[in-house]
Amino acid sequence: MALKRMLENWSRLRQHDYYADEPYMWGMSIDLNKCTGCGACVTACYAENNLPVVGKEHCGSGHSMHWMRIERFWTEPEDNPDVDIEEATDHPERGAHYLPMMCQQCNHAPCEPVCPVAATYHTPDALNAQVYNRCVGSRYCGNNCPFKVRYFNFFDFWNELPHPLEMQLNPDVTVRSKGIMEKCTFCVQRIRSAKDAAEDAGHHDHVEDGTLLTACQQSCPTQAIVFGNLKDEDSKVKRGWESHQVELEHFEQDKSEDVRGYRVFEELNVEPCVMYLDRVRDTEA
Amino acid sequence: MKDIEWAKINKDVLASLESPRPLFWVVIAVCFTLVLAGVAAEAYQYNYGLGTALMNRPHYWQLYISNFVFWIGMSHSGTLLSAILLLTKADWRKPIYRFAEAMTLFSILTAAIFPVIHLGRVWDMYWVLPYPNERTIWPNFRSPLLWDAAAITTYATSSALFLYVGMIPDLAICRDNAKGWRKKLYTAMSLGWMGRATEWVAFRKTYVLLACFLVPLAVSVHSIVASDFAMSMVPDWHITSFPPYFVAGALYSGCAAIITLFVMLRYLFRFEAYMTTEIMDKTVKLTFAIAMVWNFLNLGEYAAIWYSNDMFEKEVLIQKFIGPYAPVVWGMLLCATVAPFAMAFEKFRHNMWAMFWLSLVLQLGMWLERFQIVSPPLASNHMPWTWAVVWPGTIQMTLTVASFGWFTMLFLIFCKIFPSVSMYEVKEMVFHRRIASSRDEMEDISKIKDEVMQTEVGLK
Repeated sequence: MALKRMLENWSRLRQHDYYADEPYMWGMSIDLNKCTGCGACVTACYAENNLPVVGKEHCGSGHSMHWMRIERFWTEPEDNPDVDIEEATDHPERGAHYLPMMCQQCNHAPCEPVCPVAATYHTPDALNAQVYNRCVGSRYCGNNCPFKVRYFNFFDFWNELPHPLEMQLNPDVTVRSKGIMEKCTFCVQRIRSAKDAAEDAGHHDHVEDGTLLTACQQSCPTQAIVFGNLKDEDSKVKRGWESHQVELEHFEQDKSEDVRGYRVFEELNVEPCVMYLDRVRDTEA
Repeated sequence: MKDIEWAKINKDVLASLESPRPLFWVVIAVCFTLVLAGVAAEAYQYNYGLGTALMNRPHYWQLYISNFVFWIGMSHSGTLLSAILLLTKADWRKPIYRFAEAMTLFSILTAAIFPVIHLGRVWDMYWVLPYPNERTIWPNFRSPLLWDAAAITTYATSSALFLYVGMIPDLAICRDNAKGWRKKLYTAMSLGWMGRATEWVAFRKTYVLLACFLVPLAVSVHSIVASDFAMSMVPDWHITSFPPYFVAGALYSGCAAIITLFVMLRYLFRFEAYMTTEIMDKTVKLTFAIAMVWNFLNLGEYAAIWYSNDMFEKEVLIQKFIGPYAPVVWGMLLCATVAPFAMAFEKFRHNMWAMFWLSLVLQLGMWLERFQIVSPPLASNHMPWTWAVVWPGTIQMTLTVASFGWFTMLFLIFCKIFPSVSMYEVKEMVFHRRIASSRDEMEDISKIKDEVMQTEVGLK
C-alpha cells in the first residue's frame, strides 16, 4: 500500500509543470534603491518567527539565527583597488551596499533533493517548506544552499529564556529545539491564515493583493519589500517582475542598463522567487 | 619460506592467540583510554548540542565527515588485497590477507560511528532507513546520504561474511587445539568443519563467489561516498571525477594502513617467519602504483577546475593554496605526493621500521586530504558574506583520536581471539613453493646430467 502510494506520488511529481495549475506562487521583490540597511525587517522577523537571540558570544562563533540578514558590501575605491576596506578608517559610509538576504524559496531548490528524510520539500504554492518534526539534522541542505540562508539550532537556545519572556513568543509558530534546521518561511503562518480568511469570505483560491504582508514587508520603513502572488496578474509583485523583465526559467536576463531587475545567482539555475532591483547611484557626486 | 614445516605453521599461529609481546597489553590499555575519552566527548556533545563541536554556518560539516571518508576509504584496501588479489591469483597475499580483511570490517565499524554522532538529532537516526511505518512516510531516495546508509550496511555485512567464511578451516584447527571457552567458541563457529574433499570444493566456490561480489561492491561504496560531495552544488565538491578519485584515495590510504598493521603484527605476535621482506616488498610496490594513480587524478582535478574557468570553483582552488587552509593542503601534498617516492628505493622498501613510519606519514597525508576536501570549499562558498574560517575544536579532535583508539582496540582484540594469519592458505603457499623449488632442482639435475653427457661425448 505504502509502496504503491509512493510510486503514484513519484510519477505525478515527475511531470513537468506539476504545480502549473495551482492558484498561488508566492514571490517577492526587494528594491535596493529604497533599502537603507536599517535592520527593521530583521527585528520584525525575530519577533514574528520566535527566533532566539543568541548573544554576543554565540554570534561571534557563527551560531546566530537571523532568518533575514542585511549583508553589507563595500564598493572598492576605483583609484586604489588594493586598499583593505576593513582597515581603511576614512572610507566614506556612502560606499556601502545593503542586501537583505533571506531564503529565496528556489523553484529548483538545491536543498530539497539532498535531505535524507525529505524534511524539506516544495509546497504547491511554491514555498520551500521545512518540516521541523521530520528533520534529523544532517545539515546537508545547509551546505548545498548557495545563499547560506539555512540556520541550524546548534544549541537549545530557548532553555535560558528568563521567566515572563516566554509570554511574548508567537503562538502560531513552533519553538524549535536543538539539532534541527530552520529558515525563512515567507511567514507561512500568515499565508495560511490569509488563505483561510479569503476562503471564509467566499473568495475561492484568491487572496486579495495587499491584505497579506510578511513581517519584514510590514516593518520596512521605506517599503522596499513587496510580497504577493506571482500567479495573480494584477498583484504588485507580478507587475514589478514584468516591468523589470524578470521571469522564471530565464536566467540570462542581462538586459539594457536601465533595467534593474535580477535574481541572485541566476546562473546557478536554482530559480529563486525573490527579485532584487539593483541600486542606482551617482558615482560622480 | 618453503622450509617451514606444516605443524610449525599451526604452532606459531596458535601461539599468537596465547602469548603476544607485553607491548600488546600496553597498546590495548592506551586505546581503551582513548575510547573512554571519546565516549565522554560524545556524551557532552549529545547533551549540550552540536555547537560544542565548534561547527557553524557555513561549516555545517567538518571533521566528522572527513573522518567518515577516511575510515571508509581505509576499509577498501582490505577488499582489494583479499578479493582482487585472490581473483588475480597473486599468492603473496596469503599470509597478510586475513588481517587486511579484519581491518576492512573494523574500519567500517569505525566509519559508521561518524555519520551518527554528526546528526543533530541522533535519537531519530533510524528515520534515514526505509522501514515500513503506519504513516507511510519514506526517506528521500534522491539523497546521497540515504545511498550512504544503504551502501555502508551492505558493505559491512558482506565483508563480515567474507572474513568469516575465509576463516572457517582455520577455526577448525583452533577448535582441535583449544580448551575452555575458546573450545566452545571455535566449535560453534567452525560449523562442524571436518576437512572432507566435498567441503573444500564447496568452500572454494563460495569464497570465489563472495570475492566476485565484493569487488564491484567496494568500488560502488566509495563512489557513493564521493557522491555525497559530487552530487551537491558546493564549488569544488561538484566535481565529476570525484568517484574514481575517492576510490584511488581509498586504496592508497588503505594500503598504507596495511603496511602499518603488517609491521605492528609482525612485531607484537612474532610473525617474522611469515610476514617476510619479500611480501612487504610486493605490498609496497602495489602501494606505490596506487599512490601514483591517486596523484594523477588529483592533478587532473586541479587542471579541470583551472581550465573550466568557473568563477566560484577557481576561487576555492586558489584559496586552497594561499588561503587560511593552505598549511593543510601543502601538508597533504608533502605527505601524500612527495613522500611516496621514497618507496621507489629497494633499500627503503626492505627496512620494516622505515616503512612503518613512512606508512604513518602517508596516512597523515590522506587524512589531511579528506580534511581539505570538506572544509576549504565551505569556507569560501558561493556567498562571500558568509565566508568564515573554522578549525575543529576539542570535542571534534577528541572524537577523532578516539576513533583511532576504537579501531586499534577492536583490531587487536580480533587478533588475540582469531588467527590473524591464515594457516591453511600459508600451507598452500609453502606447498606451491616447495613444488616450484623441487622442479627447479629437477631441472638442475637434468642440466648436470646433460653436461656430464656432453663432457663424456667430448672425451670420446
